[in-house]
Amino acid sequence: MANAKEIKTVLFGPVFANNPIALQVLGICSALAVTTQMTTALVMCLALTFVTAFSNFFISVIRNHIPSSVRIIVQMTIIASLVIVVDQFLKAYAYDLSKQLSVFVGLIITNCIVMGRAEAYAMKSTPGMSFLDGIGNGLGYSVVLLVVAFIRELGGSGSVFGVQIMPLISEGGWYQPMGILLMPPSAFIIIAGFIWVLRTYRPEQVEKKA
Amino acid sequence: MSSNNDSISKTLIVVISLCLVCAIVVATAAVQLRPTQQANKKLDSQVNILRSVGLVEGSAPATKIAELFGKHIETRLVNLQTGEIDASCDVQCAENFDYRKSLKEGKALAQADDVASIRRISELAPVYLTYDDNRNLKAIVLPVHGYGLWSTMHAFLALETDGNTIIGMNYYEQGETPGLGGEIENPRWKAQFVGKQLTNEAGELALTILKPGNADPQSAHQVDGLSGATLTANGVQNTFTFWIGDSGFGPFLAKVREGALNNG
Repeated sequence: MANAKEIKTVLFGPVFANNPIALQVLGICSALAVTTQMTTALVMCLALTFVTAFSNFFISVIRNHIPSSVRIIVQMTIIASLVIVVDQFLKAYAYDLSKQLSVFVGLIITNCIVMGRAEAYAMKSTPGMSFLDGIGNGLGYSVVLLVVAFIRELGGSGSVFGVQIMPLISEGGWYQPMGILLMPPSAFIIIAGFIWVLRTYRPEQVEKKA
Repeated sequence: MSSNNDSISKTLIVVISLCLVCAIVVATAAVQLRPTQQANKKLDSQVNILRSVGLVEGSAPATKIAELFGKHIETRLVNLQTGEIDASCDVQCAENFDYRKSLKEGKALAQADDVASIRRISELAPVYLTYDDNRNLKAIVLPVHGYGLWSTMHAFLALETDGNTIIGMNYYEQGETPGLGGEIENPRWKAQFVGKQLTNEAGELALTILKPGNADPQSAHQVDGLSGATLTANGVQNTFTFWIGDSGFGPFLAKVREGALNNG
């Protein structure tokens, strides 16, 4: 097992320093789709963190036995199985949420973060560290998703986690919701803004001009 | 990585054993959780039926839903062509009827008849007869669906026993644009339908969904559409046109208006 400093880097590095969405621009497809509400975004984050952590763990456990010719297929099989299990659990214990998330839970399979971490990290690292790496990247994904969902839900519906913060005009309040925030393109704009802010504070993330 | 990892036998062994393990895990999860999932699904449909007739507002605990449903609602199957209730299928049998499956295997609609773009129609459709505490028929709930802009929108339409006055129109499953067309699930929008009449004196469909802000609140037939969701609103209109029409529940509603359910 590695020392404490390394664990910290692996676990919290992906949150800001090496954020999978902001720096690597991976997995933004679901960031557009499930971020109109905080609740769905949160469940999506938990599901993705769970899948990334455990797929990293299992792939790392058998990494010395995976034939390199079929390694992508082996990774996909493990990821897909985990996603199906998560989806089944949501359907059984959080039916309303799973209805709202609909296909997006299934689409975690194709989320580039999961696959990317399996290929880039779990194939070369010990199971414990891979597991932490999965959690760390899940956290990084979650931070972006929750920030985007917070802005979209507050601006677009005047609420946070379904609790009305700013009463809407249509319900006798004063707030005129910004409809565009509920449309997928707004997530692009917010994510771009997030990346901009992040890179202003961490100029080392800016790509060198070729 | 040792070099013999890439030998054919090692590859086969790894792949086959991995598949076996994964298959067992997935199958176990699916089988173990299926009863819970099916109970959820049934409860979800029951609560939506109860919402459409106003017996449940918002959410309710599972036991309450099952109790209300058992007490007030009777599921029956209707033959859409003749409009008759299928006497061979009692309540028990009707509750076990898989409408979605029956729709999939149903008769294909000709393009001209397919107003709501639903492609197929089942020969039998469930209706939910709602009784009050004294076992008097209070409402008829019809499952309707039609295509909006992106998705098939499913709703329960609750009518009074005159087969004409709307008690509730409850959209519960749709994939329209969140915030725009998705607002058809908004309780405030759904509330507009309450008390409206489906047809005019001549018996033709008169319920119309207008551009937002144009509906006259005094009118018995006009409902405001949704801003930014013209195509979704058109889909809702088409859903009414189809299901009130002759290929939908038209024949059944005609029988209801004649009073077929009162003696039964």
